[in-house]
Amino acid sequence: MRTRMSALFDALLPVIATLAALAVGAVMLLILGVSPVTAYAALFDGAFGSFNAFAETLVKATPLLLVALGICISFRGDVINIGGEGQMIVGALLATWVGLTFTEVPGWLIVVFAMLAGFLGGAVWGGIPGLLKAYFNVNEILSTVMMNAIAVQLMNFLLRGPMIDPSQAQLASKIPQTARLLDEFHLARLAPTRLHAGALIAVGLAFVVYILLWRTTLGYRIRAVGQNPHASRYAGIKTARYMALALILSGAFAGLAGAVQVYGVNYRMITDGSASGFTGAAGFNGIVAALFGQLHPILSIPASILFGALLVGANSMQRAIQIPSALITALNGLVVVFVVSSEIWRRRRQRRRLAVAKEEETPGRPTPPEVQKEAAR
Amino acid sequence: MTESNLLPSGKARIDSLEMRGITKRFPGVLANDHVDFDVKSGEVHALLGENGAGKSTLMKILYGLYHPDEGQILLNGKPVSISSPNDSINLGIGMIHQHFMLVPTLTVAENVALGLPSSRGALTDLDRVSKRILELAKIYGLKIDPAAYVWQLSVGQQQRVEIIKALYRGAALLILDEPTAVLTPQEVDELFIIMRQMTRDGHGLIFISHKLHEVVEISARITVLRDGRKIGTRPTSETTKQDLANWMVGREVGFAPERGHSDLGAARLQLDGIHCKNDRGAQGLRGVSLEVRSGEILGIAGVSGNGQRELAESITGLRKITSGRVRLEGQEITNVTPGEITERMMSYIPEERMKDGMIKEFTVAENLILREHHKSPFSRNGFLNLRGIASHSDRLIQEFRVKTPSRETLVKNLSGGNIQKVALARELSRKPRVIIAAQPTRGLDIGATEYVREQLLAERRKGTAVMLISEDLDEILALSDRIAVIYEGQVMDIVPRETATPQKLGLLMAGVHPE
Repeated sequence: MRTRMSALFDALLPVIATLAALAVGAVMLLILGVSPVTAYAALFDGAFGSFNAFAETLVKATPLLLVALGICISFRGDVINIGGEGQMIVGALLATWVGLTFTEVPGWLIVVFAMLAGFLGGAVWGGIPGLLKAYFNVNEILSTVMMNAIAVQLMNFLLRGPMIDPSQAQLASKIPQTARLLDEFHLARLAPTRLHAGALIAVGLAFVVYILLWRTTLGYRIRAVGQNPHASRYAGIKTARYMALALILSGAFAGLAGAVQVYGVNYRMITDGSASGFTGAAGFNGIVAALFGQLHPILSIPASILFGALLVGANSMQRAIQIPSALITALNGLVVVFVVSSEIWRRRRQRRRLAVAKEEETPGRPTPPEVQKEAAR
Repeated sequence: MTESNLLPSGKARIDSLEMRGITKRFPGVLANDHVDFDVKSGEVHALLGENGAGKSTLMKILYGLYHPDEGQILLNGKPVSISSPNDSINLGIGMIHQHFMLVPTLTVAENVALGLPSSRGALTDLDRVSKRILELAKIYGLKIDPAAYVWQLSVGQQQRVEIIKALYRGAALLILDEPTAVLTPQEVDELFIIMRQMTRDGHGLIFISHKLHEVVEISARITVLRDGRKIGTRPTSETTKQDLANWMVGREVGFAPERGHSDLGAARLQLDGIHCKNDRGAQGLRGVSLEVRSGEILGIAGVSGNGQRELAESITGLRKITSGRVRLEGQEITNVTPGEITERMMSYIPEERMKDGMIKEFTVAENLILREHHKSPFSRNGFLNLRGIASHSDRLIQEFRVKTPSRETLVKNLSGGNIQKVALARELSRKPRVIIAAQPTRGLDIGATEYVREQLLAERRKGTAVMLISEDLDEILALSDRIAVIYEGQVMDIVPRETATPQKLGLLMAGVHPE
């Protein structure tokens, strides 16, 4: 009984952590002289209050989910990808170029090629740190972050020069943006809202990634290398190759997220000089969503929706009660910190319980039920 | 000799220590079930039991690391409460852990002083510590240099530092947790001399071991635990090894495994002057030439760290061979990838089974296909064939008697013996031509050890060539047809089993040629 309770507790831990973060946020709201009840009511209303609000939540959740799927792959392969932002940008750039260059081709075909281009762009941007990690032992956390900076500058350069909207090039303002994609190239709308087919693509891919990780030899190898490179090498798996592949695939999903963002929401690329100006920080928030979903592609779906809701809700909360936007950022940060640390805490608890159970495990005696529960992943 | 109440170290002796009705429950497990245990001044009391029998729990309770749910501890007849290792040290109880708690980059004196307040306040008092170490060393006949760095010391010497550390802290009663597991036969003899000296001086010793012949040699009384319960306590003179083994396992155990007949065939594995580096870049192997024939077990004896690991890894393709060649059934496999060597039907049971042999976050089924996951029937067109994997796993779990709740259980949740059975199942079910088994029974209990040895002998009878690398001389002697002794990366000698004795092998292991 006690063990069942603690399993339930573990499963609910991310939710509890989110509530705890909101509680700390409530204190901050009180200090600002705002009623937390009103504020959070506005937040909930903004995210789920109407059909339109919910659609907006899903729009925000889509790139989060795509990035999160890539994170599931790389983290399972024990490769830490912090380069989602850069990979999204490069994927988007390549996809935009496809749409602006081949204007004579039928719309559906362009959409397919653009998505592939996004996938490919992200794969290249993830692949560089991946190969460096696999074959030269370069720390991928550093290299992926640095690739973000390069991607931003690449975007700024291209959008101010080679890819600038020809009409803007004539004007003195020279807003750094590309031309708008032709209407027939846009991803289909699913309802009379901003919700687009990218959401369906993301959900479909969540199942694909699940199959990839647990039903294919490729996924088996990525997970094996991630869990124990020594044993994998001895089993004849080329560990470097699968390490690189984990980061390539991870980048590819982020690149696809960038492409989906352009073809489903913005219809053009525009830069304010920063990465988040385009990505909305989805490249980072996707990591949190994946961790929230316990690095499981299917669980990442609700996790991404929750974070999407938080983003949308926070915006309407800001509008409703006129609080500084810094507080919204802080609130997001709190959720991230609480969720990530609760995950570490959960693992430690689990390890401690296992250590106790194992030490006392007697040959011939069944394994204690709580331990078996951990097995039922 | 006067019957003084003081030990030579100047501390009061503990005339008797008694644990009464100790019960300790963990979720789902009764680790100690009303266990009584006692030790008197001047005796070695051995605590015997398989892994998971509750020995460690009982000793951790005595040392203050766990708190009993029921029961009490009496010191010289008076109840005491021990709630932390600090309490137990203050009461005069010391513990020598199986894995030494020493800092290699510090000197002996620094290690002894570590964690203790200095007699000079903020300044160190290492000179006084060294003086006291030398005094203690003289009294107990322990040769030790307080200024030596721990990393320079042999394993046996490091153990002496641990003993000094406990004595320095005033231990009257010592718990020795599997102290012989890491020693050569000669070092074991030296340890026993020290232990006998300590008991003569009035110390009480608790000796934990699986090795029956050692227990019988050193102890005055023996207590056997099984499944958390005490099976009994007997004076050593009134028991036999066979009785003790049966008590521990709870059934009749065969002592010497049945070797059976085996036909020697052609050489399957040939090593020619193998050189390789160790992890520190120094010469790990210095010209090793060996051959293993079909139907034989070649034992590799030696003290840990003399090139055993490098030998296994260079044969299996995990370590680069700098010169020399390896041939498997006549075909060159020098420096080919581990994957290719696997394809040529070599199986490997690595020394560090959790690090090199198993993926502990993977299920039993996933681990069972580690070597062949990309082949039919486990994989088709890049997709895993779950049905094929399931039926294969279920068959092996049954055939190799792996105790697991299901094939979907994570390997990390199995006991050491069962993990090794999973490794054996995977490696032997491939019908290998050559098996490299490194420390295949280390840390396993009697039942699992017996099983692993039987399996290796069965492979030998089938005509497989087996290389058995082990630091356990009893195991080498029981299983091998020929025994190669490795010392500092070289083969000292190869001895046929008929003429091999522990003494002779012990000398070779120390780098000395007898005669």
